[in-house]
Amino acid sequence: MARHEHNNIQLDAEGRLRHFLSIEGLDRELLTRILDTAESFAALPGRPVKKVPALRGRVITNLFFETSTRTRTTFELAAKRLSADVLNFNVSTSATAKGETLLDTLRNIEAMHSEMFIVRHSQSGAAHFIARHAAPGVSVINAGDGRHAHPTQAMLDMFTIRRHKGDFTPLRVAIVGDVLHSRVARSQILALNTLGVTEVRVIGPHTLIPTEARTLGVHVYHDLDEGLREVDVVIMLRLQKERMDGALLPSEEEYFRLYGLTNERLERARPDAIVMHPGPMNRGVEMDSEVADGPRSVILQQVSYGIAVRMAVMSMCIQTHAESPA
Amino acid sequence: MKTPHIFMQHDAIIDLIDGMVHLLRHQLDDREITDPALIGIHTGGAWIARELHGRLACPDPLGLLDISFYRDDFTRIGVNPQVRPSQIDFDVEGRDIVLVDDVIQSGRTIRAAMNEIFDFGRPASILLVNLIERSGRQLPIQPDVVGLRVPLQPHEHIRLQGPEQLTLEVTHRDSVD
Amino acid sequence: MNISIVNGRLIDPANDRDEPLDLHIYGQQIVAIGEPPEGFEPHETIDAAGKIVCPGLVDISASLRDPGSGVKGDIDSETRAAARGGITTLVCTPDTDPVIDTPAVIELIHRTARKLRRTRVLTTAALTQGLKGEQLSNMAALQAAGAVALSNGSWPLANTLVERRALEYASTFGMTVMLRPEDQHLRAGGCAHEGAVATRLGLPGIPAAAETVAVARDLALAEHTGARVHFHALSAAGSVRQLREARSSRLDVSADVAAHQLHLTEMDIEDFDANCHVSPPLRTLADRDALRQAVADGTIPAICSDHQPHEQDAKEAPFPETAPGISGLETLLALTLRLVDEGVLPLREAIARITCGPADLLGLPQGRFEVGGGADVCIFDPQADWTMSRDAMQSEGHNSPFDGWDFSGPVTHTLFNGRLVYRRD
Repeated sequence: MARHEHNNIQLDAEGRLRHFLSIEGLDRELLTRILDTAESFAALPGRPVKKVPALRGRVITNLFFETSTRTRTTFELAAKRLSADVLNFNVSTSATAKGETLLDTLRNIEAMHSEMFIVRHSQSGAAHFIARHAAPGVSVINAGDGRHAHPTQAMLDMFTIRRHKGDFTPLRVAIVGDVLHSRVARSQILALNTLGVTEVRVIGPHTLIPTEARTLGVHVYHDLDEGLREVDVVIMLRLQKERMDGALLPSEEEYFRLYGLTNERLERARPDAIVMHPGPMNRGVEMDSEVADGPRSVILQQVSYGIAVRMAVMSMCIQTHAESPA
Repeated sequence: MKTPHIFMQHDAIIDLIDGMVHLLRHQLDDREITDPALIGIHTGGAWIARELHGRLACPDPLGLLDISFYRDDFTRIGVNPQVRPSQIDFDVEGRDIVLVDDVIQSGRTIRAAMNEIFDFGRPASILLVNLIERSGRQLPIQPDVVGLRVPLQPHEHIRLQGPEQLTLEVTHRDSVD
Repeated sequence: MNISIVNGRLIDPANDRDEPLDLHIYGQQIVAIGEPPEGFEPHETIDAAGKIVCPGLVDISASLRDPGSGVKGDIDSETRAAARGGITTLVCTPDTDPVIDTPAVIELIHRTARKLRRTRVLTTAALTQGLKGEQLSNMAALQAAGAVALSNGSWPLANTLVERRALEYASTFGMTVMLRPEDQHLRAGGCAHEGAVATRLGLPGIPAAAETVAVARDLALAEHTGARVHFHALSAAGSVRQLREARSSRLDVSADVAAHQLHLTEMDIEDFDANCHVSPPLRTLADRDALRQAVADGTIPAICSDHQPHEQDAKEAPFPETAPGISGLETLLALTLRLVDEGVLPLREAIARITCGPADLLGLPQGRFEVGGGADVCIFDPQADWTMSRDAMQSEGHNSPFDGWDFSGPVTHTLFNGRLVYRRD
């Protein structure tokens, strides 16, 4: 393989995945390889033995500075299906308040010979920071940092879309809701554009769409009916309750009336359009139960594909590190 | 690495496979196996298995294994950039399996393949078929049916190309990895 | 000690001088410019052939962290950095620990600096007690103790009424009030300019409006109260536009800009580089260009270092959690000369922005060469190049984003009060 000239901390000199921190800087070929590798893990749940021995004896650490049982569990299950040993650390903010810096925490856990950190943190850039300071030979996977990125969630969404639609290039995708605060939306937009879809739309009120949203390579709509017209994929984002406090929205009721997905509104999309949601969903706020449990919804599949995609990323990263000269 | 030279052309390989079918039938009869199921190892083994599958007229679909994630050296060598899903569309439990690969050298691929098969279920027996047997065994694994035994030096590498026109190529490595 | 600086090109913008002239120093004073006085016998002669001799630089905003815990620096370390940077007059900000809101703290700082004799340290005192934005400081007493201006540091006043009263009270004593214009509500916990880069990196944004809203408010209050208002560290094109209009309607307001704002933009926070985490944030190329234009045409007459040294730990965290600020004393001249290299303004004007420009804003006699005046001199070599290196920094804070940058014009000598305080090896 040719040596790549890049300053992307995620890739090694040969352009292979060392860390998985963001979709930014990864090309279509690499994203496709992640999806292809995930395909080979997607069949595992159908077997009597649901794990492969690839990472036997390796130690993977969940380093969660922000609690999320759901995300942590899917990473844990993915690691275990690769036969790795898993350590879980929920680093409460009180530990850092006692004067222990993030780097102190990192050094302490590194001493346990972990080869991979799965990091979730409330601050944008935290995963990059940890990757920059991790010992050589340690991979970092971003499980969500602030508003910045949640690349494994985005890739499992891509996996779901590919399973249903095959080719990305003709697709129009609408992302609806709180794009401003969403790390998932940022990663999805990057992934969709890298995979070459025809159009990415974001739909929401001005208060929930970043002022410079267009620079992300999206078309901005403020009207749901207009934005859903002829789309192939609808991705609904979670609306946090605290948005009502920050004077971003008047009420859940008004939000649902304007941006909530119902079967009637879904009529505007293409007849074979699929509906996705990264979860956890607020029924009656982001969408009707009718839609969530309806035939277009692929929400439950997203969850099971999440494990296969995380296995793919983990195995690719550990292998790159294993091969790189120490 | 130097340029490869052709060791065997398509027609000769097909002749080998015909001979292997004969030997395999003999083995199956000896073991009183009437309903074997075939599994080929991705990629070369799958091509040979496809040929055998047609000639034996097995009712079950051909099984395919990608053993990348079962290799004992997974974290030392690169994953084949194109990992494919293993696909076994029959119940392995209690079956007599014919496992097919192109070349047997160290025996590690076969060990990995047997580990993966057992994750699908517990077969009654496994019978090993290889197109080429060469020296260099590192594990106590021997084929039951062989197309051809080829004496090769450690620095020589033999490889099956396909899938339409099968050819065997030998390359001389300047250094042994 | 008698010193003659000979063969150099002397640039003294305040007196319209730019010609080959020698400088002769007796004790702490300049005794002649050009021919030496009759019978003058120098004990030391500095050959400045090929070099530029200009007044020692005046930096009107530097945080010296003294008094304080010492981990971020102290007057000793930071005046060492100033001397290396050619700076002979430093105006320190009130954000010390304890805050400069009593004459005793001013006295302590002045005494420490006088003992070190490396650079002149002047003080801005707190506008409100403890910089809390609630009660007025004892301005008259602070002025009597030597404070040259008032400021609330990096903590803009949230309460407009307190700001009005503070400006009114300060105007009683004719004191300049340095304001960092920023609306705290619009800042809303942001850490980067609300623009394309922050959008992509998911960093909470600070809109340009957080500054322009405050500038509009402060200008209205300046007009209403008649106070002498100086805006510190402008970052947005919209602020420059308002400043220009206010000055054209003869309002007595002025502004400075931090040197890094004239070179870096939001693009530099790519990869979450915490050394580019500053407050106000780095903004767009258009903002940078508007600031450059304002410096070139004199709307902004002063460039400052906005020096904020930090220990390593303060910058080693995820970007939003790092402390904002750049250790800037040692790159003030370099970044200003780079504007000349890039054709923004002529050399003499550039030197004015870091000598007489800032001095005039606070009514200081420094930043110029006068016979009988203090002998503060900076000599630099415009033909030589140097590479900025964090490891070579004299400041306790090595937090500079300019590590590895190539600059022209290294400082070769700094003289403070007629005494050589820095010489380049």
